[in-house]
Amino acid sequence: MSKNRVAICGVGQSARYQTKLKCSMAGLVREAALAALADAGCDWSDIDALIIGKAPDMFEGVVMPEAYLAEALGGVNKPVIRVHTAGSVGGSTAMVAASHIKSGLFRRVLTVAFEKQSESNAHWALSPSMPFRPHFNSGAGGMFAPVIREYMRRSGAPDDVGCHVAVKDRRHALRNPHAHLHLPDIDLQTVKDSPMLWEPTRFLESCPSSDGACAMVMSCEQLADSGKNPPAWIHAMAMRSEPSFYPWREEVSPLASRECAQDLYAQAGITNPRRDLDMAEVYVPFSWFEPIWLESLGFAEQGEGWRLTLDGSTSLDENGDIPWNCSGGVLSSNPIGASGMIRFAEAALQVRGLADKRQVDGAKKALGHAYGGHSQFFAMWIVGTDKP
Amino acid sequence: MDIDLDPIESIAVPIYHHYHATSAKAITPFLHAIKRGELMGHLSSATGKVLFPPLGACPESGEATHEPVILKDSGTVIGFTTVHLPIPGSKLVPPFTVANILLDGADQTCSHLISECELGDVVIGMRVQAVWRPKDQWDYSLENIEYFKPTGEALVDVDELKQHCLERAKLRVKNRVKGNSTEVHHA
Amino acid sequence: MREVGIIAYAQSPQIRQERALNEVEMLMPMLKVALVESGLTMDDIDFVCSGSCDYIAGGAFSFVGAVDALGATPCKMESHVEMDAAWALYESWLKIQSGEIKTALIYGFGKSSVGSLPDIMSQQLDPYYMAPLWPDSISLAALQANTLLQTGRYNEEDFAAVVVDSRRKAKANDNAQLFGDVSIEQLLAEPYIASPLRRHDCCPITDGVSVMIIAEKSVATKQCERPAFIRGIDHRMEVHQLGLRQLAESTSTTLALEKVKEQSGIGSGGVDIAEIYAPFSPQTLILKDALGLTDTVNINPSGGALAGHIMMTAGLDRMGMAYRAISEGQANRALCHATSGPCLQHNMVSVLEGI
Repeated sequence: MSKNRVAICGVGQSARYQTKLKCSMAGLVREAALAALADAGCDWSDIDALIIGKAPDMFEGVVMPEAYLAEALGGVNKPVIRVHTAGSVGGSTAMVAASHIKSGLFRRVLTVAFEKQSESNAHWALSPSMPFRPHFNSGAGGMFAPVIREYMRRSGAPDDVGCHVAVKDRRHALRNPHAHLHLPDIDLQTVKDSPMLWEPTRFLESCPSSDGACAMVMSCEQLADSGKNPPAWIHAMAMRSEPSFYPWREEVSPLASRECAQDLYAQAGITNPRRDLDMAEVYVPFSWFEPIWLESLGFAEQGEGWRLTLDGSTSLDENGDIPWNCSGGVLSSNPIGASGMIRFAEAALQVRGLADKRQVDGAKKALGHAYGGHSQFFAMWIVGTDKP
Repeated sequence: MDIDLDPIESIAVPIYHHYHATSAKAITPFLHAIKRGELMGHLSSATGKVLFPPLGACPESGEATHEPVILKDSGTVIGFTTVHLPIPGSKLVPPFTVANILLDGADQTCSHLISECELGDVVIGMRVQAVWRPKDQWDYSLENIEYFKPTGEALVDVDELKQHCLERAKLRVKNRVKGNSTEVHHA
Repeated sequence: MREVGIIAYAQSPQIRQERALNEVEMLMPMLKVALVESGLTMDDIDFVCSGSCDYIAGGAFSFVGAVDALGATPCKMESHVEMDAAWALYESWLKIQSGEIKTALIYGFGKSSVGSLPDIMSQQLDPYYMAPLWPDSISLAALQANTLLQTGRYNEEDFAAVVVDSRRKAKANDNAQLFGDVSIEQLLAEPYIASPLRRHDCCPITDGVSVMIIAEKSVATKQCERPAFIRGIDHRMEVHQLGLRQLAESTSTTLALEKVKEQSGIGSGGVDIAEIYAPFSPQTLILKDALGLTDTVNINPSGGALAGHIMMTAGLDRMGMAYRAISEGQANRALCHATSGPCLQHNMVSVLEGI
């Protein structure tokens, strides 16, 4: 680690992620940014640089929208950068923002990630009909369904593990006022009875399409105490990518996922993530990805991840030892470009003790995780209450 | 002035762009081959693996691929899903089954439809055979194959299949070092 | 600030329309050329960062396929900006400053020939007020050029002189698309396409890719006889709404230059050459003034963007061209500029220096 420590002093989110937020794109990002600034106890003029992230421009139909959004985010006369790394973008964007502080050249930066999916049709944008190729593409759900089936084949997990994850994360969401889906009556049977979309993935085992933004203020050590709330400290960051397809590529637990986690844990001195971390916010857009990532990220042995789900280890409601996605996760809110940053930001809120009803008691170290593309782009960080 | 205006919640702004896409150096021979009813993959000289459909790069090694290999139109289901919701821009009517199919002789799966069986009968390891459209409808497209249908052969153990393919690739690389021709191979 | 040097650069020919190759096929050989020049292998590269634009390619996630050219193992630390690759370089440079990495490979690609670039860029405008009117990028540049004419600082002959200079210098650039000897009179006899702009005042539609490798000093001096060290680099954004901007000025360029002077101790008076990313000839003049460049500085020895313009890497190409001039001993110090957004909304300035 370099000597320049990075503090997360402010977190802001859309008041509530929704299907169709009634505001402009500028209004959307500004709401989250203002909340982050308020949390950090600072103003637009205190910000040295602006780092914007979002997924494909085709979700909103604006080409490189940072040019248009710079004004609304106080970016005029400042350095502004726009990151796009598919679904992992929210995480990658937070990491680019952190690099600004780590470089020692910036003292305080604002980072914002967003998606306004209601401006276009996400299924259309995610399953383009490309020339010279047959159009069998059926969106992210269709892409990941065979991966889920392969996990089921290898692990021999009971068929309803995914349904359990879906219930657990939606119950978590009831604790989070920002969550898009609030389904107070959800239970195992409701999930099982929901329509099959991409076998074996059911409607209620899938993430929603949301509008929303998430923002963070990061600062150098000297400015870390500007707000009334304590900061979170970045202990480690890692990112890895690999190609979408190659013969016999491991798709259930991709090499890039394992190498990314290995790098991350080495930086943070973590040898047993289930023991050494207090909670995790992990990108689970389809329910079965909880057991899949539990194994790939080393929280469980290979083939055993589903047991943690079934025995309540990942549930805050059941006082699990390693709660996953206390915010309700991507299954409860999915403004795609922001989803990764929400994971990173929720991890920061936990170690700052600011997660209200979704707070894990005494959480001091948490994982934020994002992935994208064909399970090929990974971004992760570990944040802590104490300075690294 | 106190005016009670109706809220404007959305305005439809359709955006159209026209693109003149060209294929690629590696894809052009593949398209010509499929127009003739042949399935052309590329052998990666770096890994000894056969990529289908070819994209011009071997992502595993980062090397360009050139060497054509003509593949059979039968294969094995490696993964699949049955899609129950309509996909924008697609003419497929749900429910339909899309599978990752490993053509015999290939190392990389390709996506195609499975039909002529009950949706629930598709399983990993199932042997399938291409069903081609009538010849007069053939174009520069993998859609010349309408779908794949089960052959009724015994299920294949995909873990064993993977081992077989990996060993075959290793052997190809080994033989290449000894010196080999670069004629069109038939897998 | 850690010292960071450019140690390799490869650019494909800047051609009008690449019919045979796709982006990955264009990229693969250039990656090889850059790696050979750097004496490094892909395994020695700590970080890869690219710049591209989905709407130019005509499909979402256009950058994803390019990862196929990098090789699968070990997995790369890799990122992407939906911006000119000059900003991918900036992200990489920051990562070296933070001590996270020592080497980075940067690439950008654009195949503008497949779509209508001026119309696609229209979609970069404010989606509520401006974009529905579909003002294309050439018309907006013409609006800016008219504003410049009204200041009385320059006239249309000056615009043409920029083009004459670009075409002449581009004769020495093997990758240039437009080059040759033309006269001001010849050019002024051409019809307007959006007054006061004529066709030659606009950068040509270009297909191509570029690759650059940068490294922290210890690696740079070992791998490269004469690296171009980045002594200063900064970028600034302006207001988006055109009505709120002084279009005949480039205040963000001047702001970035001030910061670069502070970092490098080198001002525009101290450089031998300048590589300016001006997609339209009048913008060269606006930027020349904003950068305080005098006639002692050789501006755009490569011919600049008017000689070839790979959208999404033309900014990185300015630094690449300056690196070439420095590594070949034709210059010792260079001022580089990159731009993004309508009418020069966002500008980056850097100073490169040989040892």
